[in-house]
Amino acid sequence: MDLGLSEEQEMLKTSARDFLQKECSKQLVKQLDESDTGYSPELWRKMAELGWMGLIFPEKYGGSGGSFLDLIVLLEEMGYNILPGPFFSTVVLCGLTILASGTEEQKRELLPKIANGEMILAFALTEPSASYDAASIKAKATAHNDDYIINGTKLFVLDANVADCILCVARTKETKNPEDGITIFLVDAKSPGIKCTLLKTLARDKQCEIVLDKVTLPKKNILGKLDQGWPIVKDTLQKATAAKCAEMVGGAQAALEMTVKYAKERVQFNRPIGSFQAIQHYCANMVTDVDGARFITYKAAWELSEGLPATKDVAVAKAWTSEAYGRVTLLAHQIFGAIGFTMDHDIHLYYRRAKAGEIMFGDGDFQRAIVAQELGL
Amino acid sequence: MDFRFSDREEASRTEVEDFIKKELPTDWTEKNIYWPGGYGTLAEFEELNSHIERFRHRLAEKGWLTISWPKEYGGAGRTNIEQAIFHERMSYYRAPGGEVATLIGGPTIMLFGSDEMKKEWLPKIARGETRFWLAYSEPNAGSDLASIQTRAVEDGDDLIINGQKIWGTAAHVSHYAWMIVRTDPNAAPHRGITLLIVDNKSPGVTIRPLTNICGSYSFNEVFFDNVLVPKKNIVGEKNKGWYYVMVALDFERLVIPIGGFKRTFEEITQYTKETKHNGQSLSQNPLIRNKLAEIAIQIEVAYMFFWQTAWMLDKGLVPNIEASVLKLFTTQLSQKLANTGMQVMGHYGPLERESKWASLRGRVQSGYLDCISALVGAGTSEIQRNIIAMRGLGLPRA
Repeated sequence: MDLGLSEEQEMLKTSARDFLQKECSKQLVKQLDESDTGYSPELWRKMAELGWMGLIFPEKYGGSGGSFLDLIVLLEEMGYNILPGPFFSTVVLCGLTILASGTEEQKRELLPKIANGEMILAFALTEPSASYDAASIKAKATAHNDDYIINGTKLFVLDANVADCILCVARTKETKNPEDGITIFLVDAKSPGIKCTLLKTLARDKQCEIVLDKVTLPKKNILGKLDQGWPIVKDTLQKATAAKCAEMVGGAQAALEMTVKYAKERVQFNRPIGSFQAIQHYCANMVTDVDGARFITYKAAWELSEGLPATKDVAVAKAWTSEAYGRVTLLAHQIFGAIGFTMDHDIHLYYRRAKAGEIMFGDGDFQRAIVAQELGL
Repeated sequence: MDFRFSDREEASRTEVEDFIKKELPTDWTEKNIYWPGGYGTLAEFEELNSHIERFRHRLAEKGWLTISWPKEYGGAGRTNIEQAIFHERMSYYRAPGGEVATLIGGPTIMLFGSDEMKKEWLPKIARGETRFWLAYSEPNAGSDLASIQTRAVEDGDDLIINGQKIWGTAAHVSHYAWMIVRTDPNAAPHRGITLLIVDNKSPGVTIRPLTNICGSYSFNEVFFDNVLVPKKNIVGEKNKGWYYVMVALDFERLVIPIGGFKRTFEEITQYTKETKHNGQSLSQNPLIRNKLAEIAIQIEVAYMFFWQTAWMLDKGLVPNIEASVLKLFTTQLSQKLANTGMQVMGHYGPLERESKWASLRGRVQSGYLDCISALVGAGTSEIQRNIIAMRGLGLPRA
């Protein structure tokens, strides 16, 4: 058993922390949060130069052949610095899906473009039913000569507003088994018939409504195999869930550190408020939550990285981390008091993201249902 | 990063498991109502006393009572991860094993004791011949442990002790007190404390039982009336006992019966599968599934804290905040597990084991009581949070 990061992972962690602290100030975060694009093309280019977008792709696709665990280390730092932008959509949701299911030709075409920062992608899975099961996929793709025609509405799609290409999960066959007959399509975001509307959200993450009205695609735009998309989606969701946990762990760590620093500096009743037991105990609860979330997240991520069964541990990690991040940011607000309630302050950025992260890919109750299933209940 | 156990670690796990299955009666785990984290069901162990003595003896023969100690002191020279694996399996089967001498006293002597003391005490602790009880708390020194008043005055080669200790778990079945006394009343409270070993049989020692809320006789109040103790029984240096005890308390907090949580949870889970309500298993009820899943999640988190501390020790790092986090988290879990157990069992939960209607040998209702001792013993939850905040996060003293 070895519970430490490798030397390379430690280096990646440190360099990511330094880079983001320098290049992505909280002022920029707020500016991007309030913008319609939600990302900085200049920062995006620099990230690509550092090799972040291709971190997990094999070298032949322009990547550096890192492991899923390496990506987790990077995502924790992105969460720590609450980096806005389409990295999660492009690399985690879409990049991993293409890597797992794309034909050789698709991989050769798309992955190098992701790796060098040329291409932004969005993963259009969820619909107005707002759930993550196969039965909820109602968007329909109908074969027509050499083409497919897609109709439907995709909702809560992250980063579609800036995407060049959308991975659209659609139903291509109706059978008794809802998991059968789902296909992933590569859709040019500028295709006629696509209407993308940005939704304004609590955490200012760029979620969109995509209405597909007779969007026509050639058959070669099927990613992987016809009707067999759902197992790929499930696999991506599992990885994305662990990845989201890593982001949340980073965010919770940052919220903890900001709060402890403030508790040491803020003086009331002629002493730092951090000397009061009530505050100390809040902080002790926070660090317990953060550390527990980190350990359990890394365990799930390690299993995924090793290709081991991870259904239970991913659900365990997401249930725990979602709620831990929420508790940590709530206590942080309590300790910051009135100043934390101002828009100028930074702590609310974490409080917002904690809730957004909790909902994304299923909240605690959703994950506990999976855990119960895995326990054989 | 590698969460897998090495081949060697896997082998030691199998070895421990085989040993337990061979040496303990087959119905032992089911009969033993020990609640993970609790201190209060000691009397239940005594009912099974003949097995306990034999089992401990067999453990000692293999050096497993002190499995991570060097072989020269009677240990088995295993790593801390291997020790953790051992504790995990032992607690899963509710097997009797370590106590204060092997888990707290011995490791402290190894760090701070003189060579003479190591030679005198460690081998007999490893052989299981010498059991300690913790003589820390006093009626007026609980969480404020540094305010102890029990006095030790020098007299030639001896110390003369007068005072009272309380909450001495298992004092009546142990041989020696692992004890702190005040040796310098004029120094700052934590600078005048000495750690020493006192023979229970010394004239002037009176042990009186206290009955805990489980109805068991697990702890005692102990009076010291002009008790003579040889100076060679002082651990380390005089007046430095507070520092040693702070380290020793970390050892105590690391002794978490992690497998016991898993075992008890499995039993409760099994109960919900086998028990029907309106024709449906309790385990089909979404609310019960949610509650049980939450406990399962917290057990997973607790396991991670547990392995992390063992891994740190093997890396030569000192877990102190981690020891407190582990203690705080698992004792809260002890209470949640008991409460969840009571909730899913409904009216059957509170039945004591004598009842023909009782399930799980009434262990959940006694656990519901015993978990209170987990929250309070070895430093209350509040003391753990103080340590985490001040030692771990560097927050200022009040």
